[in-house]
Amino acid sequence: MKARVHVTLKPAVLDPQGSAIRKALGSLGFTGVGKVRQGKLIEIELEESEPAAAQAQVEAMCKKLLVNEVIETYRLELDS
Amino acid sequence: MKSAIVVFPGSNCDRDVQVALRQAMGSEPIMIWHKDSELPEVDLIVLPGGFSYGDYLRCGAMSAHAPAMRATVEAAAKGVAVLGICNGFQILTEAGLLPGALARNRDLKFHCRDVHLRVETGQSLFTSRFQEGQCLRIPVANRDGCYLADEDGCRRLEDNGQIAFRYSDETGSVRPEVNLNGSVSSIAGIFNEQKTVLGLMPHPERLSDPALGGDDGRAFFDGLVEALS
Repeated sequence: MKARVHVTLKPAVLDPQGSAIRKALGSLGFTGVGKVRQGKLIEIELEESEPAAAQAQVEAMCKKLLVNEVIETYRLELDS
Repeated sequence: MKSAIVVFPGSNCDRDVQVALRQAMGSEPIMIWHKDSELPEVDLIVLPGGFSYGDYLRCGAMSAHAPAMRATVEAAAKGVAVLGICNGFQILTEAGLLPGALARNRDLKFHCRDVHLRVETGQSLFTSRFQEGQCLRIPVANRDGCYLADEDGCRRLEDNGQIAFRYSDETGSVRPEVNLNGSVSSIAGIFNEQKTVLGLMPHPERLSDPALGGDDGRAFFDGLVEALS
């Protein structure tokens, strides 16, 4: 089973990299670009094949290491 | 007094702190490799600046789980003083020894220059040689030095007197335009509630001898050693 963890800054946390990307897009002539937020994607291959157990395992990984919940939040996807 | 400096792969200020502590203590600090799970009996543990584990994942995230850090967390719980400078501060927040987090500087720049700090309290192990309101000149060198805490977290720091240093101008006045990285409340360094743990982004060890261009950092280490001796 494969897990994908999307880590982003919490909405209340200013994302200066997102703002810089937005400006760069504007200077390249792209119009109609609103707010841009940058995050990261972590893909994890798991031996676990049972979705609920895999979910619990990856959530534990997020809390322990992958995500700093003071400033970040995450969304988890699982593919079998 | 005995001190230990934890060396992580990618630490680059471990030797600078070693020199500053040797000068202040008159004896040799013990260098500890990050894989060591047991620490000697010491009065002070220092987490030096640098780019431990290449800042992979997040600054300090990997180091926070190193064996030497688990031992540091245990020692801190027993009241052993812990000082984290720059990357060391990031590690302290990641390890949960200090609240809040350090994020990318608001202007996305790596700032490497001297800054001025306002001492927020002289009532601590780490600041006993200073007066509240005193201004120090200390260098910074970081890209992820923007201290963040939510509103409740900031209020707690303020109410408990846990703010050690704020970015200021050369007169010690804290103004938003000299807050170089966008830290909340211009925070440059904080204590834990017991004031036995200090994390700060500026590097006092880099100006701890007139030969380095200044010695405001010397008083910092002299005061700390005096308080712990």
